[in-house]
Amino acid sequence: MLERLEEIATAEHEAMERFQHKVSVCMGTACMSSQSEAIKNALDHEVQSRNKENWCHIRRTGCLGLCARGPLVAVNPEGGDAHMYQHVAVEDAVDILDSLDAQPVERLICPTDVPFFKRQVRIVRENSGLIDPEQIEDYVAHDGYKGLIKAITDMTPWDVIDEVVTSGLRGRGGGGYPTGLKWTTVAKAEGETKYIICNADEGDPGAFMDRSVLESDPHRVLEGMALAGYALGAPQGYIYVRGEYPLAVERLKIAIRQARRLNLLGSSIGGTDFNFHIDIRLGGGAFVCGEETALINSIEGKRGNPRPRPPYPAEYGLWGQPTLINNVETFANIPPIIRNGGAWYAGMGTATSKGTKVFALTGSINNSGLIEVPMGMSLREIIFDIGGGIPGGKRCKAIQTGGPSGGCIPEQYLDTPVDYESLAALGSIMGSGGMIVMDESSSMVDIARFFMEFCMTESCGRCVPCRVGTVHMYNLLDKFSRHEAEPRDLILLEKLCDMVRNTSLCGLGQTAPNPVLSTLRYFHHEYEACMQPLQSKNGSGRRDLSLEEVAQ
Amino acid sequence: MFPSSEKIEPPSDDKRWRIVKAAMQRNGNDRHALIETLHAVQESFGYLDEDSLRFVAASLNAPLSQVYGVSTFYHLFSMKPAGQHTCVVCTGTACYIKGTPTLLNEIERRFGVKAGETTPDGSLSLMTARCLGSCGMAPVAVFDGEVGGNLDIDRTMTRLERMMEVEDVRAA
Repeated sequence: MLERLEEIATAEHEAMERFQHKVSVCMGTACMSSQSEAIKNALDHEVQSRNKENWCHIRRTGCLGLCARGPLVAVNPEGGDAHMYQHVAVEDAVDILDSLDAQPVERLICPTDVPFFKRQVRIVRENSGLIDPEQIEDYVAHDGYKGLIKAITDMTPWDVIDEVVTSGLRGRGGGGYPTGLKWTTVAKAEGETKYIICNADEGDPGAFMDRSVLESDPHRVLEGMALAGYALGAPQGYIYVRGEYPLAVERLKIAIRQARRLNLLGSSIGGTDFNFHIDIRLGGGAFVCGEETALINSIEGKRGNPRPRPPYPAEYGLWGQPTLINNVETFANIPPIIRNGGAWYAGMGTATSKGTKVFALTGSINNSGLIEVPMGMSLREIIFDIGGGIPGGKRCKAIQTGGPSGGCIPEQYLDTPVDYESLAALGSIMGSGGMIVMDESSSMVDIARFFMEFCMTESCGRCVPCRVGTVHMYNLLDKFSRHEAEPRDLILLEKLCDMVRNTSLCGLGQTAPNPVLSTLRYFHHEYEACMQPLQSKNGSGRRDLSLEEVAQ
Repeated sequence: MFPSSEKIEPPSDDKRWRIVKAAMQRNGNDRHALIETLHAVQESFGYLDEDSLRFVAASLNAPLSQVYGVSTFYHLFSMKPAGQHTCVVCTGTACYIKGTPTLLNEIERRFGVKAGETTPDGSLSLMTARCLGSCGMAPVAVFDGEVGGNLDIDRTMTRLERMMEVEDVRAA
């Protein structure tokens, strides 16, 4: 089977070598929304009208990363004369083709010799922007499915698990649970059958890493899932994708079809007795379904209410069977780990957090887009070197990580290395990878209120602390933002945070107070500034009620 | 519950029911295909009504309460028909700090419609989305399926006016 893959790869390489030039047009969601499809059509049309189909190859690729400067076009990305164009318009197609045998089009050049590109280390995104996500041959030509074939022909399932354990990979969905340990638990669990679930319900606002991976390199995720299926003895996998990601769903469907055609998914994969099927399940726009037990309910066709844990899905998951749930980015890390060995992966990152992490860099920042950096890089390097700093000469005030479950890290901690423990120590979390930069014009009370409104609306309503607590916390925060709060509101808010955090059923409720707690910790003065002046209260002759009185 | 031997007919002889039936058959008419089926109904008809919920419940042999519960739980399912045109404003974090609230207020004021509702004449549905994942171009909105980025009030109003000039998009 490995020979067959190599044949495909060689044929693909040879086909590509016939072209003198290769032009890649970014067809990620951000670039597509600024007409990149029309640009690709214009380039195609131009090549045809010049009768030069054998001279230049126009390729659709996934995300090139620097979404802020889209639409992006890369010329000969794998050659020595590689360069990139930014803010390309349909009319530029003629100039771009004219320039191929001459000098690059100066006015469109997007400098690639800058920290944004040079400081990144790409593992998950190694193929993003290089391959056509709708061509399996392209993925195979870039070492695709080699790990899977190597595993099913040369390795035992436990060898595969051992490599994942050695790699030190931790769950990229936010929690950071050691992936190898999770795999071991599911492998040891007993059940009639087992299931693999890929959590692609990327609900954190400001996070689009998983969407980009699925859109740019869907086969990588399928291969990661198939490797898990082999290692854990599971014949069936599900990808649970957000309904808001139509392009990702479309590309996944194409990828699954193509992998089945080449017998890399389905029955008797690669001529062995290993079977693995993958089906797509579409989400319905509920944030709570990113929680693993809620997601399982949703796959079963029910309301996305979480279940109490334990039992954990590793023992009692989908239809009561042992189930492995990993995030998109976690699965995307598996093929290179199997190909290059776990020790190779463990060579990157910090003592407790190995490898790289993809972040969606957004908000008040010059180079917003998608980046992948080794664990342990400092926030300052990410924001100022890679991100290019804050526009308009404003000051960086805080970095929000982890979405509604995370917190705001103030400017004085910018030198903190990015790993699971360091961010947790600051009262935030790694989260799935959304990193939103806020400048001095953002009000932290307002941000806390924004996230609380999110959690309040997204609460599934099953447990009281979350259903009722988030509403009360929202009302209090709203009072602060209207400058009508009193000192007792602050006490009540803190108590509610504590109660909701400790008594909610699932992660959504348990982490909902985090944005409030972290802003209270670092921006307490902003809350104080939002209280009404003391005089008016004294003037009304009222005294502060104690919490017990408030509760009555 | 409905006896499974009884032949269950769709509410009308609209051809779009074939798509819905195909979605159910693909999943073996099993109850766990409920969400997939509702997606198929919504994609074909634009929204879910009582007749379609009853039909789906009967076909999948699922209690009507479960079908109703699921369709009201997930935000993507709508129980009301959409307006002739839709504008979806992203309220994700990046868009929020870059001015979505102002945009939304202005649209609400000018068109006399609240987010999540349709104008009384049925011409415009104003919706919000949690995050469209196009944060690089925040603030972002979708005008009849076309994404517009880096919006300010002027640009948004121009896009909206241009969109409203086009005849009913549902007919297309």
